[in-house]
Amino acid sequence: MQSSPAQSTPAAQTERGLRFFHRLSFEETFYGWLFIIPAVLGLLFFRLGPVFASFYLSFTKYEIITAPRWIGFANYTKLVTDALWLRSIEVTLWYVVLFVPLSLTFAYTVALLMSRDVRGITTYRTLWYLPSVVPVVASATIWRWGLNPEFGPINFPLKVLGLPAPRWLTDPDWIVPSIVFIGLWGLGNSVLIFLASITSVPRTFYEAAEVDGANGWARFRHVTLPLTSSIIFYQLIVTVINSFQVFGVAYVLFVSNPSASSAGPNNAALFYVLYMFRNAFGYFRNGYASAMAWILFLVVMLLTIILFYSQRRWVYYETEGGGS
Amino acid sequence: MTAFRIRHTASRFLIHLTLAGGSALMLVPFFWLLSSSLKAPHEIYVFPPKWIPDPVRWLNYREVFEVVAVLRYTANTMIVTIFSTLGVILSSSMAAYGFARLRFKGRDIMFALILSTVMLPYVVTMIPVYILFTRLGWIGTYLPLIVPDWFGGPITIFLLRQFFRTIPLELEDAARIDGASRPRIFAQIILPLARPALTVVLVLSLLYNWNDFLAPLIYLHKRDMFTLALGLNALQHFESGLDWTHYVMVLATLMVLPVIVIYFLAQRAFVEGIVLTGLKG
Repeated sequence: MQSSPAQSTPAAQTERGLRFFHRLSFEETFYGWLFIIPAVLGLLFFRLGPVFASFYLSFTKYEIITAPRWIGFANYTKLVTDALWLRSIEVTLWYVVLFVPLSLTFAYTVALLMSRDVRGITTYRTLWYLPSVVPVVASATIWRWGLNPEFGPINFPLKVLGLPAPRWLTDPDWIVPSIVFIGLWGLGNSVLIFLASITSVPRTFYEAAEVDGANGWARFRHVTLPLTSSIIFYQLIVTVINSFQVFGVAYVLFVSNPSASSAGPNNAALFYVLYMFRNAFGYFRNGYASAMAWILFLVVMLLTIILFYSQRRWVYYETEGGGS
Repeated sequence: MTAFRIRHTASRFLIHLTLAGGSALMLVPFFWLLSSSLKAPHEIYVFPPKWIPDPVRWLNYREVFEVVAVLRYTANTMIVTIFSTLGVILSSSMAAYGFARLRFKGRDIMFALILSTVMLPYVVTMIPVYILFTRLGWIGTYLPLIVPDWFGGPITIFLLRQFFRTIPLELEDAARIDGASRPRIFAQIILPLARPALTVVLVLSLLYNWNDFLAPLIYLHKRDMFTLALGLNALQHFESGLDWTHYVMVLATLMVLPVIVIYFLAQRAFVEGIVLTGLKG
């Protein structure tokens, strides 16, 4: 009974604390998993599981009715000689090359204009965003007419002015630019995201720049641009990933049923996912289509990784230099 | 000083001009859609374009119901939209609560895994998921469009989790001292307080499901199961021998209208949703 109170107090407290912690921990673990279990199952059955499944299927011949049969790299070697597949790559790359820089510059410029505090700005913002909520099928419907070479309103002013009027959706050379154009119409999301990041640049930065005698361009170049570069980077990645997966507009405009054998004149609208869709749901070549899916997946991942490595050169994060 | 003033005014004027001109250009297609939906078919494709229909053919809006099963398509779209939205809100908010407020083993890894699938290209999962639903015998039903939403959406979970973390812990602690269980805290404290974030999710999900084209295209083949998106697509490719452009325009208008109404009603939620989902990281 030397120092029983002194000894028991902290020890007992720790023990009680531990027991309390354990009880809490069990209760939290139980309910924690209970709450997240649907999401975890969704992750397994609708996302991670299918990623691995399609990897496996890409090495098989599988037409739903019979069991998948292992054929090694045959799907991949067959793809390389598939003229339509190569065509779909050509079409898609052409789209990505046009759309990514155009949409980013366009959206960023519009966002810059909208960040100015002029009267009626909320109305402008509302109206510019409106096309982004239009369903893809409706947007294709609208532009099927809008880009009509004879009677559409895009060619109307060109004709009146006597300028060359492209045959948008019927000329193979103009089909991809037409789809880019339709995409630019529904650009509101990127504008909004850029706008939010531009308006969140602290005023003090501009004031400091002004004290240093920076003019409009210098303020943009040395304040706005670096401070929004992380969002530009994020938008770049998202836009690249989405551009590789164009489907709806091209399908509505140029394809009438899943197994239709052409996509626009000279297959000029045969986007990668369109061709993959045709193989999977028109011809039920699921192994072959899975190989296409995985190649696209790898390309997109590779590009994302390259972009992530490149960002060190041009993306500015406030946490790095902002502290000191 | 005056030179600065003039330049200032001039730059303001230019900004107004660009934004107003741009807004007008953005709106022209809507105007034309509405205008064409009120024309006789032979008046749609004319040169020069006729901006105001003359005469206004209101009859189109009655006739379209005889040509296309508009009500059926609308009802089908609503079924899919409502049940998917219910599912994604319930399952995602549950998961978000677990991730935001409870501490347990494996939580962070699960959250990271779920978040990492945000950028997963949909094409990689499309075929195996289709096969899964084929095996379950669900092709040609609405289940493939609805059921996945009952298992949470990565972006929704992320968005709600961020919001739940801003709700003061004291509120939860007080309820726990009063003996409330976790599900009860979730249902009676967290969810009511999260209304702004839930509105964002609600609006985004309604819009997404109403507009969706790919999933219905893959899973629905019978005409009387079609959603509006499928119906509108089919009407454009339907070979009737007659010019149905005006009906196409009417159907497109009918499909776009509710979206625009929701957009104007819930504009703030929309904008916040886009910005929040875009500005993570």
